Amino acid sequence: MDMINLKINGINVSAPKGSTILEAARYAGIEIPTLCFMKDKNEIGACRICVVEANEGRGFRIVTSCVYPASEGMEVLTNSAKIQKARKTTLELMLSTHKKECLSCARSTNCELQKLCKEYGADENAFNGFRPEYEIDDSAAHLVRDNNKCILCRRCIAACKEQYVGVIGANNRGIDTAVGTPFELPLNNVPCISCGQCTVVCPTGALMEKDDTDKVWAAINDPTKTVIVQTAPAIRATLGEWFGYQPGTNVEGQMVAALRRLGFDKVFDTDFAADLTIVEEANELVERIKNKGVLPMITSCSPGWVKFCEYYYADLLPHLSTCKSPHEMEGAVIKTYWAQKNGIDPKDIVVVSVMPCTAKKFEIGREDESASGYPDVDIAITTRELGRMIDRAGIKFTSLPNEEFDSPLSEDTGAAVIFGATGGVMEAALRTANDWVSGENNTNIDFEAVRGTMGLKQATVNIKNLGEVKVCVASGAGAAKVVMDQLANGNPSGWSFIEIMGCPGGCVNGGGQPYQPQYVRDTVDLKAVRAKALYDQDRGMTLRKSHESEAVKVLYSEYYTEGFGKGKAHHDLHTSYTKREKYTK
Amino acid sequence: MKKKISKIPFNGTKEQEAALQAAIAENKHDKSNLMVVMQKAQDIYGYLPFEVQEMIAEGMDVPLEKVYGVATFYAQFSLSPKGRYNISVCLGTACYVKGSGLLFDKLQEKLGIGADECTPDGKFSLTSARCVGACGLAPVLMVNEDVYGKVTVDEIDGILAKYND
Repeated sequence: MDMINLKINGINVSAPKGSTILEAARYAGIEIPTLCFMKDKNEIGACRICVVEANEGRGFRIVTSCVYPASEGMEVLTNSAKIQKARKTTLELMLSTHKKECLSCARSTNCELQKLCKEYGADENAFNGFRPEYEIDDSAAHLVRDNNKCILCRRCIAACKEQYVGVIGANNRGIDTAVGTPFELPLNNVPCISCGQCTVVCPTGALMEKDDTDKVWAAINDPTKTVIVQTAPAIRATLGEWFGYQPGTNVEGQMVAALRRLGFDKVFDTDFAADLTIVEEANELVERIKNKGVLPMITSCSPGWVKFCEYYYADLLPHLSTCKSPHEMEGAVIKTYWAQKNGIDPKDIVVVSVMPCTAKKFEIGREDESASGYPDVDIAITTRELGRMIDRAGIKFTSLPNEEFDSPLSEDTGAAVIFGATGGVMEAALRTANDWVSGENNTNIDFEAVRGTMGLKQATVNIKNLGEVKVCVASGAGAAKVVMDQLANGNPSGWSFIEIMGCPGGCVNGGGQPYQPQYVRDTVDLKAVRAKALYDQDRGMTLRKSHESEAVKVLYSEYYTEGFGKGKAHHDLHTSYTKREKYTK
Repeated sequence: MKKKISKIPFNGTKEQEAALQAAIAENKHDKSNLMVVMQKAQDIYGYLPFEVQEMIAEGMDVPLEKVYGVATFYAQFSLSPKGRYNISVCLGTACYVKGSGLLFDKLQEKLGIGADECTPDGKFSLTSARCVGACGLAPVLMVNEDVYGKVTVDEIDGILAKYND
């Protein structure tokens, strides 16, 4: 690698040729604060927080380090008095238009703006000039946009663009510039897929998931309700981050303990329904192959992806598996089979899903998601909302013992655990399909080819009695677009089965996952380290194939006696899709 | 200044649409030609309503928000149709100190529309200008190509009455 030598804060450092000053500094282990910068995604030099003094032989000048190239012999000062003053003034200007309700803002203590203001001692009343006022947009089921807290860093715009959705952008100019939708339509009236990736990258409280924790507290405090919580496979791999654990720490046992202490009557694991999803989906795939149905079949676990398809590729909706997503299946089974078995009227059951996802808030209100006649799931909260509930309850998470989920609707296999990572559903399906079609109990079940955090993965899998099967795994709506364009062109790659997740990296990187400051997101591969926690758990399990789940077997022998995908099972566990108009004025 | 979004229903013609589609076909190979297409569209329709921006977004294969962002950034694009008679009041320094602000207010009141809006019958629209280069005549207003100098508030009714078709 060609290197250049420069001096940062008086220290000689070398960095790869072509680096920006910010990259060179990071390479040397020197952190420069940023607000708008997202590596490879939003390198626009807009916020001016990363300014440094640089001398290329003509004296020191202030430049934006995130876009200014480092050069041989350059001298850089990242923290001089002049720089500190410049950053402080910039922060004070940002505060001059900021809605300062920082005491109770849900982003307080993890707001990137607040952290910098504290560090630089910014005076929040330094400039009291014109402050534009914006209406709060809470039209969508999943998130709230409050432009009064926006600092125009445009990270949300970059995230939305990465998803190939692009429903938010910068409107107007000068002091009127604001992040908005086309023609300032409410978010609910534009083709937003509810993925929530914008909420993960927003440095302030301008973009937040719609907080549903008050509904959960109300249900818990209602003595007439049986309140059941379920957690998605990905939550155990990320909730710890909220309480200071390193990314990739599996906190399943403590999470269960915390949920029990919050007052839920039952703590179930959506993993059970992930296994159920696999047997239903594998059966659907076999049926489609046998009956010359629509192929390739595409997974339908990710409501962000489903909504993307409904908006942008409605003609190809018949490719989607009709299987409900796992937490909807779990809710359906709770309010039918489990309710009946325990003599509880489903109307008195409240199912709360803890999801890595903001789109689940939209999904629970969809048509055809109410097997018992009542919604399968009543409230969907994100990992972050669960974190906030545990905070409010005064539970000291890090001191909690490990506890076990309640049975029976929690029993899981390794196949279910890996649902939380891109490629996990595919691998789980392949494990089951391989055994079913070959009629053997295969022991070589690690399908490495579909693992990894790449947006688009293809593999050819050999299945005995079936031969070579071509599969594809996509994560992120941008990758989904590539796949769907191929399907629209007649599937030239010959895929039979496709897994698509709406968020890049799958659920571990979902829009409802804990915040990490952008410099962490730039320097740690969160998708990979969080996924590793799940693959590690899978490797240590005795049962690693969905069809081996005893609880699933019991469910079919006791309740869904007509078999996979038939009769009651079809009614309870499958759903339907609809074309959506992109814009409604 | 934030752009006004017109509530007047869109009534583009088949000919206009054909002209826009031709402009899109000519430019769709290169997304950086978006501005060119938008300028053509503004020439064709006189403004860029929702329906037109949607056609452009679809044709150029870019998100609608991208088109809208550009349309609201550049002063040359309008989201409101121009009336058959566009009244442009100079609010440049010389005209302003000579009272053009009062003319502007009076016109808003008379026509019942705000800046960058069009009367529902499509007759008059009202815009502001920044110096038309006739400061000696301040305050100045223009109705299409007709220039009126040293205008007083009392003369407004008379000027409007000239455009009575």
